[in-house]
Amino acid sequence: MSETVIKCESVYKIFGENAKKMLEESNGNVDAKTFQERGCIVGVNNASFEVAKGEMLVVMGLSGSGKSTLLRCISRLTDATGGKIFIEGQDLLELNNKELIELRRNKMGMVFQSFALLPHKTVVENIAFPLQIKGTNTEESISRAMEMVKLVGLDGRENYFPRELSGGQQQRVGIARSLAVEPDIWFLDEPFSALDPLIRKEMQDEFLRLQEKLQKTIMFITHDFDEALKLADRIAIMKDGIIEQLDTPANIVLNPATEYVRKFTEEVPREKVLIIEDVMDASSKDNLGDLKVSKDEIIENVAEKILTQEKLVGVVDSNNNIVGSIKPSKIIDTVFGGRKNGS
Amino acid sequence: MEYLKKYPKLFQWLFLLIVFFALCFAIDVPETYKFIRGQAEFVKDPNQSVYFFLGKEVRYYAFDVFWRLPPLLGWLPIWINDSLFFLMNEWMPMEFWNEDTQEFKTRPLLLEISRNLTSFMTFLIELIREILLGGLETIVAFTSWDFIDAYPWLELPGLPWTIVAAGAAILSYKLSGKGLALFAGLTMIYISIFGQWKPSMQTLSFILVAAPLSFIFGLGLGIAAYKSKRVEKALYPILLVMQTMPQYAVLVPALVLFGVGDHAAVIITMVVAVPPMILLTILGLRAIPPEVIEAGRMSGCTNWQLMFKVLIPTARRDILIGVNQVIMVCFSMAVISAFIGAKGLGFNLLLALNQLNIGLALEAGLCISLIAILLDKMSLAWANKQTDYFGNLTFFQRNKNVIFFAASFVIGIIFAYVGTFIFKGSFNYLFEIPHNKGISTADFWNKGVDWIFDTFFVYIKAFNTWLIQDVLQPMRALYLRMPAVATLVLAVGAGYLIGGVRSALVVAALTLFIALSPWWDRALVTLYMATFGVVISCLIGFTVGTLCFQNKKSAAFMLGVCDIFQTFPSFVYLIPVMMLFGITDTSVLIAVIVYATIPATRYTIEGLRSVPVGLHEAATMSGVNKFQRLTKIEFPLAFPHMMLGLNQTIVFALFMVIIGAFIGTEDLGQYILKALSDKNGAGIGLTLGICVAFIGLIFDNLIRTWVGKRKKHLGID
Ligand SMILES: Nc1ncnc2c1ncn2[C@@H]1O[C@H](COP(=O)(O)OP(=O)(O)OP(=O)(O)O)[C@@H](O)[C@H]1O
Ligand SMILES: [Mg+2]
Repeated sequence: MSETVIKCESVYKIFGENAKKMLEESNGNVDAKTFQERGCIVGVNNASFEVAKGEMLVVMGLSGSGKSTLLRCISRLTDATGGKIFIEGQDLLELNNKELIELRRNKMGMVFQSFALLPHKTVVENIAFPLQIKGTNTEESISRAMEMVKLVGLDGRENYFPRELSGGQQQRVGIARSLAVEPDIWFLDEPFSALDPLIRKEMQDEFLRLQEKLQKTIMFITHDFDEALKLADRIAIMKDGIIEQLDTPANIVLNPATEYVRKFTEEVPREKVLIIEDVMDASSKDNLGDLKVSKDEIIENVAEKILTQEKLVGVVDSNNNIVGSIKPSKIIDTVFGGRKNGS
Repeated sequence: MEYLKKYPKLFQWLFLLIVFFALCFAIDVPETYKFIRGQAEFVKDPNQSVYFFLGKEVRYYAFDVFWRLPPLLGWLPIWINDSLFFLMNEWMPMEFWNEDTQEFKTRPLLLEISRNLTSFMTFLIELIREILLGGLETIVAFTSWDFIDAYPWLELPGLPWTIVAAGAAILSYKLSGKGLALFAGLTMIYISIFGQWKPSMQTLSFILVAAPLSFIFGLGLGIAAYKSKRVEKALYPILLVMQTMPQYAVLVPALVLFGVGDHAAVIITMVVAVPPMILLTILGLRAIPPEVIEAGRMSGCTNWQLMFKVLIPTARRDILIGVNQVIMVCFSMAVISAFIGAKGLGFNLLLALNQLNIGLALEAGLCISLIAILLDKMSLAWANKQTDYFGNLTFFQRNKNVIFFAASFVIGIIFAYVGTFIFKGSFNYLFEIPHNKGISTADFWNKGVDWIFDTFFVYIKAFNTWLIQDVLQPMRALYLRMPAVATLVLAVGAGYLIGGVRSALVVAALTLFIALSPWWDRALVTLYMATFGVVISCLIGFTVGTLCFQNKKSAAFMLGVCDIFQTFPSFVYLIPVMMLFGITDTSVLIAVIVYATIPATRYTIEGLRSVPVGLHEAATMSGVNKFQRLTKIEFPLAFPHMMLGLNQTIVFALFMVIIGAFIGTEDLGQYILKALSDKNGAGIGLTLGICVAFIGLIFDNLIRTWVGKRKKHLGID
């Protein structure tokens, strides 16, 4: 892929009094239990990964697994205890205060898990806030904020205070605020979890549409696997601060790296993750029926069509060349088989 | 035995009480003991004992140590006095350039600092005073006479009252709306028509210097303490003592340091008003959710922007309570500092009270209270002000307030000018209505007071006699009958039972300080008056609060009433009670009760309100009736908060008891008042103040510890 925007090299975040000293002593082998006995809590443990420009990395994991902490390190809201973080090649930990502020004003946007709106400002003032901090004049920042208000569907409520909004509406304000400065890098900490399913789906679609257009580099935290599958280019799964696996959705489901990841993905509906290419038989290209499907289709979308067939179904690539075939029974296997094996 | 296991705490308390009473009965009153009416340390009596400390002679009446501890701290006031004088007059002499004589002069450092501070404050007050009252060359405060002579156009006359009134109304309108504007206008008109203009503006100029300075210092120090643990640790004990220190007591050392006058009053007001501002700033900043701060940082705020655009506005609620407190204290001090020569309404009020001219006192008191309420409401409205970005306003609409003010300015000037022709030779009533030349209802009130006295004299007298002879005096005698050792045991025991060893030690230290000072008897009298006031205040406050809570509207109404009453300077409460009960202990106690009922009521309502709504609904669903809900759910949960109200009630009661010395009570306050007119009173006043503060702190410590534990137990916080 194209250029790297975010790069982490063995990032550690340990909370506690003499975290730094303990980390040095441990030579990088951080064990959460022994640290806890000595009064330190491990937030992020040896995280190394890269995020490319325009890529969307979804971070998943149980509550307390260190997702928010990882995001805080990368936005330098807390200083990582160890390791290196590069944003567009710049060493984040080397930046001085002024450079950091510049970076945040122009490059980064963040949506917070608990909304974090300013209680004394109205919706439109909250959204205009980052612009005004940058020094944009009132008129311009307010008109830009009003565009954002429309974008997240809060028109008519621009003069409300956060306390007068529902949780979902507050979160939409948070999203609008983070978008106001048109950041290149966008951090979202469970942005849709407070929304009802209908709005959530709408926001997800809107989000994808936006992303198509804006091509931002995104780190996105969620608890919802469906959401992750819908949005992610790659998924990172965290446990106790460690990134257990970081890979494409299909690979995570098909080849779980650890037992934990396998358990984690057990309940995931495979037909939503896998594409035809993942399950086709590339060796047999003969005896095909009339139906042809593209190798890049997600199974869910074509399963019905395939299941009505009796013969083998041909699989074609983007140039309409046949690259393999798939048996209807294979679909049933994939959808139900994986789960049977697991339990 | 079973009960013992079931209620261990109860038996511990019982045991403590038994020990206490046993001690009380076991220790006899020494024959030579009598309540000392004069100031022991100045009376030379052959019955006194003497000890020497640092070459100073300390005289005291010696009793059995079990009965009264010897005043081993008797040297402290003298020592404080000497140190103060030494610091002021001898410590660190330095060379300072003198503008007037154009030469260097040697002066002690502190004296020079005090002089500079004094002249700076005087300058500020005079400047505002000239603008509001003026009539002279306003600008003279800025520069020298030569400068004025050279540029005569710099001479600004003071503003006529019509303009100030219109200005206040327009500003209120801009800040809040018609209601406040009307109130502001009427207040100003009342003030001028009743001939209170001059003293009011004197008071106002004092407030306009003291309040903003206190606010800025309080906010600044609060921020510093929020940012640095070390600063907080250093500030905290001072803040605690200052919170419970009666305002009177600070006056005395101020006299030594800054002399007499408005400037000293401003400085002393700041000393009193800054601590609550600091505390509330810290409280507010601490309560900000960390994610809001992070959101600010992610928006690219510099530290400065983070502080002023995110942190302070987010903590606005507490900071505003701080502002309210500052204004309250400032007005309170505006009266009290009349003792050290501050001019204005406070001075008139004290004078009127002294002459028993209730009518005049009432008018002055009303003026102060109205201005206090006005400023409080205006500051609140200012903080809550919102901008409208979408209104498509014309030039006139946008600038109408400015235009209106300009118009009223011109009209006011024309009126004043016309006035010079109408009232030729006498006062120009359209410029300023002089003191004593306005309408006065004083006679009416005085007659009313006389009428009340004539008509109800028998009843009032009977009530008074009954209260004093059958309630107060026995109670006082009981308090004085407590041997010092018994009291110590009770206090320390209570500390231990409530908060363990730590609390016991704190309480022991505080109590010992008072017991070893020469004023234990006085402290007991103070305590008895405060106890009486607190008990009745709590009864009233908790009942009224609970009743009002039954209905949302009445609760909001009651809180509003509390707000307004709280803004009245404490001295104002003495006026109506003196009207009814004259100069007696009853008056003081009733003032104490009225004053201390405010926090009791407020905290009851707020406590009950803080019970989560979900619980109400859950309770209603499980078929609980209103009374059961109140006793089984709301009271237990609201109790910790209500106890904090008790804490405030005690502090308020103590303040009022001390102020009551003005009417003439025989407690610590009386000595503080005496110290004011004593050349060597600084040490005495300060030590007395600390004694009162410590009484407050003992209860503060016990209540807070208890509340903390209780809250943890209930799982709320
Ligand atoms: N400021 C802090 N001080 C001490 N420990 C912290 C701090 N912040 C987070 N932790 C700890 O770090 C761990 C990871 O927390 P984090 O907030 O990153 O979890 P999370 O994955 O975001 O969980 P959730 O899904 O609930 O938001 C937790 O065990 C938490 O207790
Ligand atoms: Mg989180």
